[in-house]
Amino acid sequence: MKVHSPQAVATKTSTGIRGFDEITEGGLAKGRTTLVMGGAGCGKTVFALQSLAAGANTAKEPGIFVAFEEPVRQILANAASFGWDLVNLSKKKIFFFDARLSPDIVKAGEFDLVGMLGMLKAKVQEIGAKRIVFDGIDVLLSLLDDPNAERREVYRIRDWMSEMGLTGIITQKVGAHEDERRHSFLQFMVDCVVILRHQVDDGTAFRSLRIMKYRGSSFSGGEFPITLDTRGMSLSHRGPVELAYKVSNERISSGLSRLDTMLSGGYFRGSIILVSGAPGTAKSTLSGLFAEAACERGERTLYVSFDEGADQISRNLRSVGIRLAPHRRSGLLKMFSTRTHGRNIDEQFIALQEMVLAFEPRCLVVDPFSTLSSKNVHHAAVDTAQQFLDFLKTRQITVVNTSLMDGLATTNEATATAISTVADTWIHLSYFAQDGERNRALTIVKSRGMGHSNQVRELTLSEKGVDLADVFISQGKVLMGVARWEWEQRELEQEKRGRLASDQRRLQLEIAQAEAVARIEVMKKEMDGRDAELARLLKTVGAAATLFDSDRAVLKKMRRADEDAGPHAKTRPTKKHPIKPAKVRR
Amino acid sequence: MTKAVPVAVRQKFRLYVAGRAPNSTRAVANIKAICAEHFASHHDLEIVDMLEVPLRALADGIVVTPTLVRFSPLPELRVIGTLADTHEVLLALGK
Repeated sequence: MKVHSPQAVATKTSTGIRGFDEITEGGLAKGRTTLVMGGAGCGKTVFALQSLAAGANTAKEPGIFVAFEEPVRQILANAASFGWDLVNLSKKKIFFFDARLSPDIVKAGEFDLVGMLGMLKAKVQEIGAKRIVFDGIDVLLSLLDDPNAERREVYRIRDWMSEMGLTGIITQKVGAHEDERRHSFLQFMVDCVVILRHQVDDGTAFRSLRIMKYRGSSFSGGEFPITLDTRGMSLSHRGPVELAYKVSNERISSGLSRLDTMLSGGYFRGSIILVSGAPGTAKSTLSGLFAEAACERGERTLYVSFDEGADQISRNLRSVGIRLAPHRRSGLLKMFSTRTHGRNIDEQFIALQEMVLAFEPRCLVVDPFSTLSSKNVHHAAVDTAQQFLDFLKTRQITVVNTSLMDGLATTNEATATAISTVADTWIHLSYFAQDGERNRALTIVKSRGMGHSNQVRELTLSEKGVDLADVFISQGKVLMGVARWEWEQRELEQEKRGRLASDQRRLQLEIAQAEAVARIEVMKKEMDGRDAELARLLKTVGAAATLFDSDRAVLKKMRRADEDAGPHAKTRPTKKHPIKPAKVRR
Repeated sequence: MTKAVPVAVRQKFRLYVAGRAPNSTRAVANIKAICAEHFASHHDLEIVDMLEVPLRALADGIVVTPTLVRFSPLPELRVIGTLADTHEVLLALGK
C-alpha cells in the first residue's frame, strides 16, 4: 500500500536500517520527530540506537541518547553485539545521558524538563548534534503521573527538538493497558509513528514493523518482518513490486534423465522447483541429483540444509550413487547446514539471502523450505518467503526446494495456495503401501510453461543410482515394487502360455490338414478302384447284351420271323403285340 | 562543665532550578519558607540555575527541575518538584 502525499519532505536522513530507508524512501524526516512504539523486547531501543549510530558513522551527524529507562552502561553492553562501535562513538559523537530518576527519589510537587533541555542544549551545541533519542518516555510519563503534566512535557520536548533543528526519535513502551489510550496524544503530535511488534508463533519469535503515519511522505503501510543480526535491525521489504524478471527458455537437467523426459526437457533456468513429500520419500535425493548435475555442468551451487549436517547428506547421497564430495572439494559446491528450531523465520531468509549474495550460486537447494509447509506460519513470513524467491528469480538462480508434506489432500489449503503461487514446477513424492511394501511414487503436480507427463512413476533407489520406472495400472490400481514385478511376471507367463496354446492349435490344425490330405488320397484311391470295377462291370454287361442279340437273331431265324417286323421285332413281346408264333403262310 | 546540648546539624541544600520557569520559581519560594521555619539559622542554601550552568548540573547528575539536593548531612538525598508538599519534604529530610 502506498500512501502519497502531495508535499513530500525534501530531506530525509538514513536510519541505517536496511529496508526501512527503502519503504520510507529515504529514512526519517530531517528535523522532525518520530515515535517508535511497541511492547517490551520489540527492538525500540535497537531502532533508535541504530539510527544514531548510522548518523554518527555515515551521515556525520552526531547525536544524543537520553535514557529514561535503562542505565547507559547496560544499553552499551546490550548493543555491543551489533558492531556499531558504540563505546567508541560514545566518547565523541554520541552523548549518552542517563535520565533515570533514582527509585528512592522523593517527589514533592510538580516538576518539569526545562532544566534538562537546558543541559541538553548545551550538549547539542558542544558536539554539534543533529539527532536525538528520548528512549522510554513512558517511564517519564508515569513519573509525572498527571495527564496535563504529561502532555505539557511531551510538547515541551517536541518544540525544543524542533527549535534545535534536531531529528528526533521518541520511544514508548506500550502495554495492553489503558495507558495506551491515555498516551495516545503522542501519536498525534509527532510526524511519524512506527509500530514494532514481537510475537511468538509456534515456538518461533517473529518481529515486525509497521509505519502507522508519516506526515508529508509516501510510505509502504504494510507489516514488514524484521530481524536482528550482528549488523543490527533489518527489514525484509518487498523487493520489486512488479514481477518483471527476465525469463529463460534454457532447460537444465534435473539430474535424472527420465524426469527430464517427463518435463519435456528438464527444469527451466531460473525457475522455482518444489519437491514435496512425506519423510523418507527421497526429496533430498532429488535435490542431490540436481546439485550434482549442476556441478557437472560447472555451475556454482549452494546446498542449504535445515535438517542434516553437510557430511551426513553427502554420505547418504553417496549410497545412491550421487557424488558431491569432489565438487565440495573443488569449491563448486558449497553446503551449509543449520538448525531451524526457534529461529526467527525472517532471520533465516535474510541469512539465506546474504549467503546467496556472498557465494553467487547459479543453482540453489533449500532442504527443506519449511515455511512453505508449516501450517502455523504467519502470513508475513510467507510474504518473506515469496520475497526471497522473487529475489532468486531476479538473479536467474534455479532453486530446488523440498517441503515436508504428507499428502496433497491433507495439506493446509492456504499453504497449498502459497506453494502453488511461487513454485513453477511442483513434484510430489509419495509412498504407495501395497502388499506389505512401501514404494516411492513421483508425480508432477504442475509445471509452468512446459508440457509434462501426467503419469505416476516409481522412483527406485539402489547403490547403482536413482531411476524412474513405469508403473502399471491394473484394475484401477497402481502397481509398484514387488507387485509391479509380479504383475510383469504374470504378464510374461500369460504371454508364454498364449504362445504355447497357439503353437498347439497350429499343430492340431496341421494334423487335421494332414489327415484331410490323407483322407483325400484314400478316397481317390477308392474312387479309382470303383472306376476300375465299374469299367469292368460295363464290359461284362456289353458282352452279355451282344450275346442276347445274337441269340435272338438265331431264334428269329429259327421262327422265320418277318424281317419287316421292324424295330419292334427287336422289342420284347407286349400284350398288344404278344409275341405269338408267327402266322404261318400256307 | 559543658552540658551535652544537641547541636543542630548544619543542613546544606542546593536547589537546581531552570530560570524563571513556574515550577522553579515556586520551588525557590517553598524551600526558603521551609528553611526559615524548620532549619532557622543552621542551614546553607545555594540556588543553581541550570540554564546558566548547564554542564555543572549535568555533572551533578540532575535530571528534572526543580531538584533539591541535601548533601550534608550524609546520606545525600534528593527531592524533586515544587516542594509544595511540605509534609513530604520534611519527612524526606528526617524532620
